[in-house]
Amino acid sequence: MSVFSTIVSQIFNGLQSGSVYALVALGYSMVYGIIMLLNFAHGDIIMVGAYIVWVLMSLLTLPPVIGTVAAVVGCTLLGIIIEKVAYAPLRKSPRLSLLITAIGVSFFLENIAQLVMGAGSKPMPTIIKGTNIEIGDAHISFVAIVTIIVSVITMLLLTLLVQKTKMGKAMRAVSEDMDSAKLMGININRTISFTFAVGSALAGIAAVLYSCAYPQASPTMGSMLGLKAFVAAVLGGIGSIPGAMIGGFAIGLLEAFVSAAGLSVWKDGVVFTILIIVLIVKPTGIMGRTMSEKV
Amino acid sequence: MVKNKKGVPRLLSYAINTLLFVVFLVILNSLINSGIFSSYYVKILMLIAINIILAVSLNLATGFLGQLPLGHAGFMAVGAYSSAIFMKATTLPNIAAFPIGLILGGIVAAIFGFIIGIPALRLRGDYLAIITLGFGEIIRVVLLNIDSVLGFNFTYGASSLKNIPKTTTVTNAFICVFIVFYIIHTTIKSKHGRAVLSIRENEIAAESCGVNTTYYKTMAFVMSAFFAGVAGSLYAGYVGILNPSGFAFMKSIEILVMVVLGGMGSLIGSAISATVLTVLPELLRSFSEYRMVAYSLLLIVVMIFKPSGLMGTYDFSLSRIIGKSGDKISSLLGGRKEGER
Amino acid sequence: MRDVNKAIIPERDKDKTPAIECIGLGIDFGGLTAVDNFNFTLGRTEIAGLIGPNGAGKTTVFNLLTKVYQPTRGQMLLLGKDTKNMTITQANKAGIARTFQNIRLFKDLSVMDNVLIGLHNEIRYSLAEAVLRLPSYWRAEKVARERALDLLSIFDMADMAEKQAGSLPYGAQRRLEIVRALATNPTLLLLDEPAAGMNPSETGELMENIRKIRDMFQISILLIEHDMNLVMGICEGIAVLNYGRIIAKGTPDEIKSDPNVIEAYLGKKGNSNA
Repeated sequence: MSVFSTIVSQIFNGLQSGSVYALVALGYSMVYGIIMLLNFAHGDIIMVGAYIVWVLMSLLTLPPVIGTVAAVVGCTLLGIIIEKVAYAPLRKSPRLSLLITAIGVSFFLENIAQLVMGAGSKPMPTIIKGTNIEIGDAHISFVAIVTIIVSVITMLLLTLLVQKTKMGKAMRAVSEDMDSAKLMGININRTISFTFAVGSALAGIAAVLYSCAYPQASPTMGSMLGLKAFVAAVLGGIGSIPGAMIGGFAIGLLEAFVSAAGLSVWKDGVVFTILIIVLIVKPTGIMGRTMSEKV
Repeated sequence: MVKNKKGVPRLLSYAINTLLFVVFLVILNSLINSGIFSSYYVKILMLIAINIILAVSLNLATGFLGQLPLGHAGFMAVGAYSSAIFMKATTLPNIAAFPIGLILGGIVAAIFGFIIGIPALRLRGDYLAIITLGFGEIIRVVLLNIDSVLGFNFTYGASSLKNIPKTTTVTNAFICVFIVFYIIHTTIKSKHGRAVLSIRENEIAAESCGVNTTYYKTMAFVMSAFFAGVAGSLYAGYVGILNPSGFAFMKSIEILVMVVLGGMGSLIGSAISATVLTVLPELLRSFSEYRMVAYSLLLIVVMIFKPSGLMGTYDFSLSRIIGKSGDKISSLLGGRKEGER
Repeated sequence: MRDVNKAIIPERDKDKTPAIECIGLGIDFGGLTAVDNFNFTLGRTEIAGLIGPNGAGKTTVFNLLTKVYQPTRGQMLLLGKDTKNMTITQANKAGIARTFQNIRLFKDLSVMDNVLIGLHNEIRYSLAEAVLRLPSYWRAEKVARERALDLLSIFDMADMAEKQAGSLPYGAQRRLEIVRALATNPTLLLLDEPAAGMNPSETGELMENIRKIRDMFQISILLIEHDMNLVMGICEGIAVLNYGRIIAKGTPDEIKSDPNVIEAYLGKKGNSNA
């Protein structure tokens, strides 16, 4: 393979995993924007989504469409339940309590999954089938193309939702100032639930796309994926939809090229180093806005 | 001599606490020497001491400073490996090498704490949590793979660093516990400790009072890392064999559970819950697969129903119990009421 | 070298460097101008009021003065010294102390600890001295505690020293915030709505105390307040802010009869004490 084709295929690899990071990053970003919580459990929702796909498709041999829809619906419900059960009671508590609870939830999901599904990983069935594309002598997988297209469309829809709908307006208002939004008659609880639902639905989509790229489900698969997606969200700028997209693609490409250079054991280290550099140089990220505390 | 409210002279109260600690050590030692405590108990006792130091040091950053580091196991690992490598290489007699190893472990961990803390602590919010979490993972990856970069055996990666001199004993471990307790207690009950607390309470107000918040955040965080490194050194001298997998994220969470359960801001709470959470899994071995599930549920339930933990911010003092036994204790930040009139 | 035109009361403390001098101070938030062309001088030992309708930018001015925000343009001199790029901490060390509109006490700490944190930079001993409990530690702590009790007794709060700050009644919390600010040994004290939530008799007492503080400590005091009885009662000079700009400056009597002020602000019906 020529250098050119290596670069082309690595770019598509990067964009593929970057799309997944971007979808997951959006979930972090939205939740962080609205209740200032780093939702540690978000990555684990993806893990649950992957197991839903596995159970329906591998165990019950149902068609991919049902597996996909069930994963998205399941993740959405899980997100809403987590918010209602674990986070809503702590709305008035210090941020630290909320953060610790989120870690508890994340840890709980991982360990329950381990109890129920076993610690080993499950091979995922093929969800998307199609012919690969060739550019020169570079192979671009069909799955990669689908992943990138699906995530771009999802993000455009999300932008429309946030910018154009009444609920989107409510979400922006609550993230701006919860107390004022309440005085304006916005139903805070419903808005927060809705934000979690949307973020988790995106996680469900991400779960399906991730399972196509890395066809394995394991209890801890979500934690590193989630963390990297969070780094992507910070890099792009917390609270910004295009920022999450840019951040996700950047992290995906970076990883692809670090791996291509034969340094794949250092992949995670590089990602976190990027995080530390971003936080020192430009804490608001590429597209972010300053979120200052009201005095 | 300065007296506290109830009339127990201040220095005497320190003396009483020290004396009671010495008595505790003597009893412990005689139980061990007489064979009443088997070597199995001795091992658990050492583990208790190590976990107490880990919990108390994390509490300094979490309960007192109000930050959430998630890489405490990383600092412990750094301390453990540096002291282990030193102990293996040194030709000094154990009596001299042991304290040097401890302090070395602490200092190396503190240096890492400083490097991590400077970018993370400048920012408000949860960035410290995510950066320290990342740090913990990076440390693990580095410990696993550094040998291939260096070209010689340094940490021995996944094949474990073996034959570390087993220098940790119940006595020296508990002396360390005592010293760590003393240093954190005296720090908190001083202008420096109040500055740390003011940051937890209200950062902008603290700055408006002329408190250099960056300095004090870094101070508390570095101190916390230092003691985690000391605990790591003790751990290295206790197990005699180190593997990076022992310092994963799970370990950091375990320490956090101890702090949260004991009460954020209560040293004695951390000590009690560290003891309980070290002993309990030993008693409930057959339930070991549920342990982590139970821990995670504990975190959620405690936060929702009793966020102050079992002991709140209450700190207990032996001399106070003597000084005003039976007195109802209304305590804020622990303890000994320092208002003298 | 005092710019007489900027002063509210030009003849006061003419010969001394003003406590604070703002020259064309302004700040924008994302293209929106919150405060603009803020020219203001406050003499030593002057009590001044900053009033204006809600959203006029009063608290933003306080945040500029205390360096919570860095100004977009303009200059601010504290005792003649430029405050450019100072942090909140440095501004406090340079002599500005404040209270907050939404009280920011160290709620879980005792009243005593709150004041002691205010005294933080007055207490001098190193961490090593504290850990080793050297005599210098005991001495400094003893002096600081006595000083804290003295400060608390200004508001008759010495007997509350061991109470938890968050458990105090609202009025006492506001008073404690003032004590804490005073503990930092300021030359300029900023009070953000000190009488909010107080009943008339408490407000009367507060007025007495503000005067007492000025006389005792010989400091300048600038306050934001909606209670016109308090403002007109104790302020020697008043600046009126509207839409981020000063629309009038002068003595209480001048302000009361200023047509701009009446139109922008006092004239609102049914809002006589706003």
